[in-house]
Amino acid sequence: MSTTATVENFPNSSAEPQENYLNARYGVRSWLLTLDHKRIGLLYLGTITLMFVVGGIAATMMRLNLLEPQGTLVEPETYNKLFSTHGIVMVFFFLVPSIPATLGNFLIPLMIGARDVAFPRLNLLSWYIFVTGCLLMLYVVFTGGIDTGWTFYPPYSSSYAHTDVFLAAMAIFIAGFSSILTGMNFVVTIHKMRAPGMTWFRLPLFIWSMYATALIFVLGTPVIAVTLLLLGVEKLLHVGIFDPALGGDPVLFQHMFWFYSHPAVYIMILPSMGVISELITAFSRKRIFGYSFVAFSSLAIAVISFLVWGHHMFVSGQSVYAGLIFSVLSFLVAIPSAVKVFNWTATLYKGSISYEAPMLYALGFIGLFTIGGLTGLFLASLSTDVHLNGTYFVVAHFHYVMVGGAVMAYMGGLHYWWPKITGRLYPDLWARFAALIIFVGFNLTFFPQFVLGYLGMPRRYAMYPAEFQSLNVLSSAGASVLAVGYVIPLIYLIWSMKYGPVVGPNPFGTKGLEWTTQSPPPTENFLRTPIVTEEAYNYETAPEPEVVRV
Amino acid sequence: MASHSQDPAHGHQQVEEHIVPVSTYLSIFVALLIATALTTWIAFQDLGNWNVVVALTIAVCKATLVVLFFMHVKYNKGLTRVVLIGALFWLGIMITFTLSDELTRHWEIYPQAWTGMIVPVMRHLLF
Repeated sequence: MSTTATVENFPNSSAEPQENYLNARYGVRSWLLTLDHKRIGLLYLGTITLMFVVGGIAATMMRLNLLEPQGTLVEPETYNKLFSTHGIVMVFFFLVPSIPATLGNFLIPLMIGARDVAFPRLNLLSWYIFVTGCLLMLYVVFTGGIDTGWTFYPPYSSSYAHTDVFLAAMAIFIAGFSSILTGMNFVVTIHKMRAPGMTWFRLPLFIWSMYATALIFVLGTPVIAVTLLLLGVEKLLHVGIFDPALGGDPVLFQHMFWFYSHPAVYIMILPSMGVISELITAFSRKRIFGYSFVAFSSLAIAVISFLVWGHHMFVSGQSVYAGLIFSVLSFLVAIPSAVKVFNWTATLYKGSISYEAPMLYALGFIGLFTIGGLTGLFLASLSTDVHLNGTYFVVAHFHYVMVGGAVMAYMGGLHYWWPKITGRLYPDLWARFAALIIFVGFNLTFFPQFVLGYLGMPRRYAMYPAEFQSLNVLSSAGASVLAVGYVIPLIYLIWSMKYGPVVGPNPFGTKGLEWTTQSPPPTENFLRTPIVTEEAYNYETAPEPEVVRV
Repeated sequence: MASHSQDPAHGHQQVEEHIVPVSTYLSIFVALLIATALTTWIAFQDLGNWNVVVALTIAVCKATLVVLFFMHVKYNKGLTRVVLIGALFWLGIMITFTLSDELTRHWEIYPQAWTGMIVPVMRHLLF
């Protein structure tokens, strides 16, 4: 059965748009003071897209600089600032809030049949806090930058700091509170606001993964906030915490930093896994294989994520015994991750698969995430990590997880729910083309970096030996393809908001409460409180894809 | 005692909040002030290795008062306590695993004591 949304021309059907959350009220004020989770999701979408552009420009300049061994574009000091800006902006101001704050905010109430999140005012406050953090970070970037790397390791951030480390740390400190509020809001919403009949085991898997993510938000984020605050306290008051010259311990900073920042990787990947579960079932029109295993693997990943941080410190002076424990525990994460990958693959088996743009992203995710995950095992091994630590192998590994995984799923999710968000469809052919470009561009950029790292090229240097040039040129060429792949969706998604074909409630004919209400949904989400009587992904009762009006 | 009751007609949950008398809040506030004064005084006394222990003990007592009374954990059961215990457990994870590094950093790969024991035992068995 094809799930492609068929497009028919109805020249006169630009009829009166029904009242929805977008046209219920107009004006800047109605957006800046909105308590509607859907509008807040869009506010986040706009903000993180801007931050993505900033981080992307920094990355582009880095790749341009690395075209030649001696560097073509910037001074080494500026290069340090570029990779620090890229890392900080992309991790804290794009990836962490990407799926949770946009799709999570938009979809959680819709998927569980609620009117809004549990604390709408807190939700809006979280956006304002996030924007404050963003503005402060941008101020730092444009008034001298920061050169510590995104990890803020002392002594780069203490004794040898040349830039405004304190302000940058405060920007992350502030943005962290937005994460905490969002996480708390989601936990309470999922516990308390499910529609009648929406039991825990009828929840879409996206909700399970958002729940696991919210737990990490709440449990982990305060630690990074405290750590960065201590960094500031040490700098301002000269109390010895991390600086050995003052009696502190620099490895203690790394412990506290990674206690949050490793789980933060799962903040990025868990929501992506939730999106992929939705996409795989939707476009193979099949029940997920092993629902409870996929659901509990999210929680298992969230719990184990807090026990593995020491694998970042195998060569940092951490004791061999602690390294041994962290190595063994790190291998454990592979189990629930593999459960998901195998179950998605098993879901595809004998499914009625169609290759719409979101599905292309989902299939890309499975391949790229698997490579990213498996190369993580190399780094979790104590001995191989001694060789690979601090090389481009690490850079390639985490980009396969964060970009090949998290960003691919974010793009897939954005395309899948775009008709629900805007009430209009994007040009499908362009979307498939962009998905393909991104997949090819991504691999061209980052696969050579695995080889570079294996050959010993260290990360975070503006220059490199001449023998590495061809692989670096390949990587930079790939980055330009990748950039084109990101610009195309930006253009057609904005275009579609005004000119895309108008869609009905369920253009893909898929299951889930969000598809039972009109597109875009009314302010109150559902005109009547839905009553859930079946499990998620029951595709035996799925509706046909709807006719799309232009 | 807070109680959660289901309103069958509307399906909403009504939460009855426990009203804490102002006098309780004031007593806790005074207790916290006294503890703060104590912390300040202790900071000027040299207790050697006990400096940190005493300071942390007072801090934990203060935090307990805040959590129990100001944050109403004393009057809430169920999920609220699960959340509190979960948070403390997570703090425990961070401290335990960090100490697993700090305390074993100076251990040798093969501690002297093992070889000291193993070599004579092997000699005894083999020769």
